[in-house]
Amino acid sequence: MKASDIGGEVRSVRWRTLDFWPCALVLIATAVALPLIGSPSTWLTLTVAGIAAGIIIFIVASGLTLVFGLMDVLNFGHGVFVGSGAYVAAALMTHLATWSRLTWATASAAILISMLTAALAVGVVGWAFERVVIRPVYGEHLKQILVTMGGMIVAEELIKVFWGPQQIPLALPEALRGAFIFPVGEHGAAVERFRLLVIGIGLLVLASLAYVLGRTKLGLLVRAGVLDSEMVEALGYRIRRLFVWVFVAGAALAGAGGALWGFYQQNLVPQIGTQVNVLVFVVIIMGGLGSTFGCFIGALLVGLISNYAGFMAPKLALFSTLGIMVLILLWRPQGLYPVTSNRT
Amino acid sequence: MFKRILSNDLPRSRPLTLCLLLIIAVLVIEPFLFHSEKATAVAAKVLVFILLAASYDLVLGYTGIVSFAHSVFFGVGAYGIALPAVYVGPSALAMLAGFICACVISALIAFLIGLFSLRVKAIFYAMITLAVAASTQTLVSQMSEITGGEDGVTFNVPAVLSASFEPFHQPIWGIVINGRVITYYLVLLIVLVSFLILLRIVNSPFGRVLQAIRENEFRAEALGFSVVRYRVAGTVISALFATAAGGVLALWLRYVGPDTTLGSEVMLDLLLIVVIGGMGTLYGAVIGAALLVIVQNYLQDLLAIGANLTADVPLLGQLASPDRWSLWLGLLFILCVYYFPSGVVGRLRLRRRSSDVG
Repeated sequence: MKASDIGGEVRSVRWRTLDFWPCALVLIATAVALPLIGSPSTWLTLTVAGIAAGIIIFIVASGLTLVFGLMDVLNFGHGVFVGSGAYVAAALMTHLATWSRLTWATASAAILISMLTAALAVGVVGWAFERVVIRPVYGEHLKQILVTMGGMIVAEELIKVFWGPQQIPLALPEALRGAFIFPVGEHGAAVERFRLLVIGIGLLVLASLAYVLGRTKLGLLVRAGVLDSEMVEALGYRIRRLFVWVFVAGAALAGAGGALWGFYQQNLVPQIGTQVNVLVFVVIIMGGLGSTFGCFIGALLVGLISNYAGFMAPKLALFSTLGIMVLILLWRPQGLYPVTSNRT
Repeated sequence: MFKRILSNDLPRSRPLTLCLLLIIAVLVIEPFLFHSEKATAVAAKVLVFILLAASYDLVLGYTGIVSFAHSVFFGVGAYGIALPAVYVGPSALAMLAGFICACVISALIAFLIGLFSLRVKAIFYAMITLAVAASTQTLVSQMSEITGGEDGVTFNVPAVLSASFEPFHQPIWGIVINGRVITYYLVLLIVLVSFLILLRIVNSPFGRVLQAIRENEFRAEALGFSVVRYRVAGTVISALFATAAGGVLALWLRYVGPDTTLGSEVMLDLLLIVVIGGMGTLYGAVIGAALLVIVQNYLQDLLAIGANLTADVPLLGQLASPDRWSLWLGLLFILCVYYFPSGVVGRLRLRRRSSDVG
């Protein structure tokens, strides 16, 4: 049998054994929301916004869940990366103000450049964070939680020192204002151009992440490490070094996600890290700690449901995500896609 | 007899005993000592935080699980006292009924969170409590028709506890005994009794099991203890005492607001108190609370002077500003976890042990 045949075989087996129920849950959620909301145009707008939010949450959460899966490290300071990414990107955008005024192409380029720079900068922050904060408390859960939480508080205060405690509005690039009107319902559904751009960029990041994890040797090692890190180490790979790289990459992704989140919300508050942190925790618990695909489904669910709930009962939006998490844990106590590892 | 009151859990270090005696003595005679309103307010805050930190230590230090929702139970207790006083009137009965409701709600929340998270992984608990704490704070701020929103609500306390109530005509030992002094002693009494009950709990067979789970979960399970049940019970008991602390705070301040009870600053203070005092020993809560609250109230003034001096320097002025107080507390917290994990009490006890050997 040729190697490519084996690859095809493996792929089809994975396809057949994939558990479809959690994916169906996302469709069910959107379907149930339609009659509850009533108007199809509002529903479409909300669904697009929900998917956009879900993709961003996934980009932020993916690194955290992998870091946990690989080395059993729980980083409560993940929001640090979100916050710094958002502020770095916002600072860059003000420098690229002339770009964002010209055409939609230069404006998108400005957003892409500031996002990538933010990711790079936050990658460096992540490297330092791993060195200074996490390495000394390696293997001790209690201290890890306490210290990374302390790091989170310090980082939030530092943001206040550099950028001030007040809310910073982020003006939308002029070339990207306005909305597409989809011919749904009487008035048509307005979907802002800018949000579509965010979805596009998000999908790009998502695709590259899926490619690296699913089609490269590095990704294979990471996935194997999540399942059984000792075995990977026994085969001669330095899991410790791999872990540092995954941590840095996860931080960079969180930075990019933070930048997108900031653009998406169109304003920045120093508490952005804490806010996203809460959503991210809900998502990775829902998905099953360590599972990337579960994390993706969880992120979509949280994005969609918090958007629907935000429309129907604004005060309960935060509790709706908690509620859906409780329901999912009742159904599957280990999360949507539990990682079967040898670790207890 | 004394040993029995302390449930056989003596401080076991001479400097520690002296510190504790000093703190307790000052707290007991405080109204007669300084004759200043600020000093009494600080003392009352120390008392509230002693109870709050002791109840938190039951979870963090003795059971070994991290909770970020302890401020939620604290807040439930405070609002449980305040809301009946606002809507029914300042009668002791309404407040008591409200407090009992608060206790039931707290216990229920703690039970549910524990049931959902602890039966899978203990670290889930930290993540879920964080989400619950954030959601609760937002909810309380948003329900402004009931809770007063960000501003909070002020209310009247029963006449016996209000400042205008003066049972004696002559001043006693230099001060006029009024309702505020009576409130102070009521707070002191509640905190003292609760603390002794907590001390009894951690030294009971139940408390021993909690510590066994902290040390080695697997072994405790193998010995036949249901780890989940003990952990959930531990968190529920701790939540109840936090509720009591919240009620006491509301009674003393005659005000509740999201920042004083539910805010992340409260959680940070609490973590610092328990870590500085020493995790896994209730005496640490006393030392930590006294240290932190006093430092916070008097050093902040000092810091303000420093900020005035450095106000012209661009970045330094920002760093030294009293608004950035949490920055320094956060740094202090990280350093304490790294280099001082057993806290003041742990250090003092260690010194005694080494001098015993030598």
